[in-house]
Amino acid sequence: MQSSIRLGVDIGGTFTDVVLEKAGEPFSTKVLTTYAAPENAIIDGMHQVCAKAGVSPSDIDQIIHGTTLATNALIERRGAKTALITTRGFRDVIEMRTESRFEQYDLNLNLPEPLLPRQRRYTVTERIDARGEVLIAMDRREVETLVDEIAQAGYESVAIGLIHSYLNDAHERLVAEVVAEKMPDAMISISAEVSPQMREYERFNTVVANAYIKPLMKSYLGRLEGRLSDEGVRCNTFLMHSGGGIISLESAAEFPVRLVESGPAGGAVFAAHIAARYGLNKVLSFDMGGTTAKICLIKNQTPKTSRVFEVARTYRFKKGSGMPISIPVIDMVEIGAGGGSLAHVDALRQIRVGPESAGSEPGPACYGRGGDRPAVTDADLVLGKLDPENFAGGSIPLHTENSKNALMSELGETLDMDAATSAFGLAEVVDENMANAARVHAVENGEDLSEYTMIAFGGAAPLHAGRLCEKLGVDRLLVPPGAGVGSAIGFLRAPFSFEANRSVYMKLSDFDAVRIQALLSELQSEATGFVRNCDATADILSEFKVYMRYTGQGWEIPIGLTQAQAMAPDAATFERLFEEDYAKLFGRTVQGLDVEITVWSVNATTPQDVVTPVTLAGARSVATIAGHRQMFDPATSGFEKAAVVLRDGMTEGAEVSGPAAITEDETTIIVLSSRRAIGQPDGCIDVIAKG
Amino acid sequence: MAETHSNVAYQVMWNRLISVVEEQAQALVRTAFSTSVREAGDLSAGVYDTHGRMLAQAVTGTPGHVNAMADAVAHFIRRIGRQNIIDGDVYITNDPWEGTGHLHDITMVTPSFHDGRLVGFFACTAHIVDIGGRGFGADAASVYEEGLYIPIMKFADAGAVDDTLVRIIRGNVREPDQLIGDIHALATCNEIGHRRLTAMMTEFGLSDLDGIAAFILENSRRATLERIAALPRGQASGDMTVDGFDTPITLKVTLTIEADRILSDFAGTSGLDKKGINCPLVYTKAYACYALKCAIAPEIPNNAASLAPFEIAAPENSIVHALHPAPVALRHIVGHFVPDTVYAALDKILPGVVPAEGAGCLCNFQVSLRPRTDAPAPPGAMRSEVLTFNSGGSGARPAHDGLNATAFPSGVMTMPIEATEHAGPVIIWRKELRPDSGGAGKQRGGLGQHMEVGAREGHEFDFQAMFDRVAHPARGRRGGASGAPTTIARDDGAAMRGKGKQFVAHGRRVVLAFPGGAGYGVAAERDKARVKRDLARGYISPDVAAVDYGLTEDEIAAVEKARRLGEDI
Repeated sequence: MQSSIRLGVDIGGTFTDVVLEKAGEPFSTKVLTTYAAPENAIIDGMHQVCAKAGVSPSDIDQIIHGTTLATNALIERRGAKTALITTRGFRDVIEMRTESRFEQYDLNLNLPEPLLPRQRRYTVTERIDARGEVLIAMDRREVETLVDEIAQAGYESVAIGLIHSYLNDAHERLVAEVVAEKMPDAMISISAEVSPQMREYERFNTVVANAYIKPLMKSYLGRLEGRLSDEGVRCNTFLMHSGGGIISLESAAEFPVRLVESGPAGGAVFAAHIAARYGLNKVLSFDMGGTTAKICLIKNQTPKTSRVFEVARTYRFKKGSGMPISIPVIDMVEIGAGGGSLAHVDALRQIRVGPESAGSEPGPACYGRGGDRPAVTDADLVLGKLDPENFAGGSIPLHTENSKNALMSELGETLDMDAATSAFGLAEVVDENMANAARVHAVENGEDLSEYTMIAFGGAAPLHAGRLCEKLGVDRLLVPPGAGVGSAIGFLRAPFSFEANRSVYMKLSDFDAVRIQALLSELQSEATGFVRNCDATADILSEFKVYMRYTGQGWEIPIGLTQAQAMAPDAATFERLFEEDYAKLFGRTVQGLDVEITVWSVNATTPQDVVTPVTLAGARSVATIAGHRQMFDPATSGFEKAAVVLRDGMTEGAEVSGPAAITEDETTIIVLSSRRAIGQPDGCIDVIAKG
Repeated sequence: MAETHSNVAYQVMWNRLISVVEEQAQALVRTAFSTSVREAGDLSAGVYDTHGRMLAQAVTGTPGHVNAMADAVAHFIRRIGRQNIIDGDVYITNDPWEGTGHLHDITMVTPSFHDGRLVGFFACTAHIVDIGGRGFGADAASVYEEGLYIPIMKFADAGAVDDTLVRIIRGNVREPDQLIGDIHALATCNEIGHRRLTAMMTEFGLSDLDGIAAFILENSRRATLERIAALPRGQASGDMTVDGFDTPITLKVTLTIEADRILSDFAGTSGLDKKGINCPLVYTKAYACYALKCAIAPEIPNNAASLAPFEIAAPENSIVHALHPAPVALRHIVGHFVPDTVYAALDKILPGVVPAEGAGCLCNFQVSLRPRTDAPAPPGAMRSEVLTFNSGGSGARPAHDGLNATAFPSGVMTMPIEATEHAGPVIIWRKELRPDSGGAGKQRGGLGQHMEVGAREGHEFDFQAMFDRVAHPARGRRGGASGAPTTIARDDGAAMRGKGKQFVAHGRRVVLAFPGGAGYGVAAERDKARVKRDLARGYISPDVAAVDYGLTEDEIAAVEKARRLGEDI
């Protein structure tokens, strides 16, 4: 794939990023996202990068696409008219949620509405128990009567979710058969296929979400394929999924819920690729844009994955205020902290930042477009981290006075601080918020961040990454080239992959090697089948994972198995692997308790591209200083004279000692007084602690 | 500049301490065994200065732990003795009066040493599945029958775990492995807090917490007092009567708002109940304080200073101030009704802020399953204890409907029924919203829920009921109607009681309907569009739409037609 021409396309909330790679050389552009017909921006961007690279669309060998469209359709509730068919007695599972309030002290709290109102949720008599055995058999005639009724209402899409179907899908398939017969135009999603995992709320919500966005995504993907073909494209288009791999357009149309958060997943893949280049086994990726920051742990050059995450949080990004989607996903924390995040002083006279954002209109106060509240970007400007003359390559002039006024009126006057101290306070709070999110994420994963290297990308990340490193005790920060279109580049680094999983409970005391071997084989062939559809010839690797815990615990830890361990399973090995990892996470094992396996998973993937290793360059020369400016430094709590260096001047081995600012069109890398920066052979900037 | 800058640093440190206790709580959830902790979030974690003053507390599912935790560490310091506090120690208790209200909560405290010097304490609490005795339920006549009592003592002395204590605990409880596992999880949780605190002190070059403690407590005190000062001064009383075990209980409170404090005086409240639904004062105080904080100062974090202005008084051996040896296992029932009682009074001083009455106490039950005894049991039939947490509807608010099947004042989560059915041979046949159970009003009360519980073939069970509002449904405010009461019966129609252990024979089920929240304002004033929406969704029946809300036959027919077409209104 190295020599071929490939196109990566990421549709984001504001911009559609397009990257074309020809013989390893990247050509990129950003065009405004065209909401009404998102494919237009893609076609536009594709022509731009083709022109830059001197190729025609027909020369492109492969297109990899990721998009926030699925996420946005869920957030904005723009999905199809969808019905849910579920087990009698459980009509309200997606509405009753966890029966708790995600914010305990708000008497006026409202919970998010379920995706489907109650009248779109139907029940049928049937029941399967926790062993997968039928307690009440399904009566086909009853299903037919129900589906006749549903057909009258003109649903475009039908979700099917029955209790314990992850153990036995026969009843769900029977319902699907009847729906297909009587409603030939409706799209069907069944929970045992979309998300075969225990816990009815998550599974039902996931199948409903899939059904809800399916008509929209299927139609969009169809149109996109047509438009690309009209423009002369001859190759296949593939989709990035939330787990960090690529699936076929057909699979994406069938399981569109797997496209949720595919853009940020691309960012994590991008960081993982940089990690592989430098042989880094412990990396913290930090992606900060205009409204949110995303933080992800990348161990052994593989982003950490999870089986459930939450989309469309409705209440200050608060955990529990969104809807759970249980699919294989790259595990990251997202918080409302970006360049546009606004600050205020609360009742405790504490500075609070975000999640409210100034967006692009009116934007931070310094844009001079009517914004009068201080945003993170205003603080960055007042602290000297940004050059008012050269923001976004000089295309947006910044007004420092506006920033100072906003900072004073909102923070300084209340807290009796000058503009600079207010700005520092604001920056410290947003940096601390991100650092705390990173710390909690690390502890949830039993990791010590001081052993990590940070990789930062996204427009605002290089401005804040240095301080974050200080706060987290991280010694090394890498800022890769192309940071502004990191996710789209990441798409081009992603393998074809598909993860299949199943909830089946088994205690080690009831270890059934034959059953395990059969189950894992079945999952392997299911996952491999999806990947084979994308690539008829490539090698396909299988990664086996089981989720284990002490019987009686509620949280499992993932245990990786080799092919040999998976195909000749034995209880002693499983127990040893579990105890090793458990002790590492929580300090000690608990003696005398049985261990159980709850989830089984196989991820089939094509091999990662071979990376060209880069050896970290030491300092060999002093970078050319383009000028100086006053920049606030936390170490001295005052303004210091900082060197300004153009990023182009940071050639291999060129060094600049902090305090310094390394500037480029899309962003500025801040090197604090505690750090120095060295240019690397691949264009990365290595920012390391002094001494 | 230096002074202002240090304020920025203190702000950062305060945020960090809150993040430290959240991490502490998270570590407990990850390693705990009891479903009450790991699925439902019935736990708490906090950090304290050397005087035992709470500086920060994790926001978890249990307001009931708030004040109890704030007071607990001072008891530990007094009982252990300062001279005996050494590095590596871990302390333990389940004292209902010096911990968090019943024997089923284990509280553990760990002193935190930095550079050889005591700098503070970490404490955490979790609700465990079993502590011996009669098991979790209301049936005991004194605390002695409710299980093993662990006075405040060292669990680990300079790092060495007390094996005698561990053996005594193991010998007295039904699930020894899980309890010991939970105790280790609690110790781990404090250890994680201690590690993070040490890192913070190193980063900021602190040798003690005096400066940051003073900053936190002063800011919190000032913010809380500002809120109280802004309230109208005055005094008002409120009361509420609920089922109790055999005889009804009346809770009564007189609220006095002064310039710098709010006093909740429970004089006039019923005396002790014979059964285990009595509530130690510390737990009453927690829920009174929680109710007031929600209404007055919701965003001020809990610590010694922000809690101090909320004072409480109650007659000794009233049901909200139960003294040893009263039985207290289900103290949550009375505790969960305290906020509605406080709101009855507060509404008279501060109208338009607080909700109507809701379901109040959680609708919990425990099922003790065993192989059938009336006929030969099939092979594989087993014994099992299954506990579930469920919620009725919350009360309507001045500007919003009540929340359907959502806990208030408790903040715990329910367990997925698929997870519950894996915990033992229980079958949950039904768990869904209960139409027409929300009290009518301009704002409608939240809906309760239906549940139906049975056992897998070959099993019978004891059903331990912990319900209230059978005879005393939630009352409306400002003309709003009452919510629907709790109902409980066997599927063959045999009556069952709202509280206590009751046998359910092989093949039978328990049919439950949990209470709805009450309405707020008169129903006739409810927005017609929202009445129609409720009808289309089936939150209310056509009857209720016509009788309570005055929808005409034509309007109802039009909505019913839309409903059949799956249209929302």
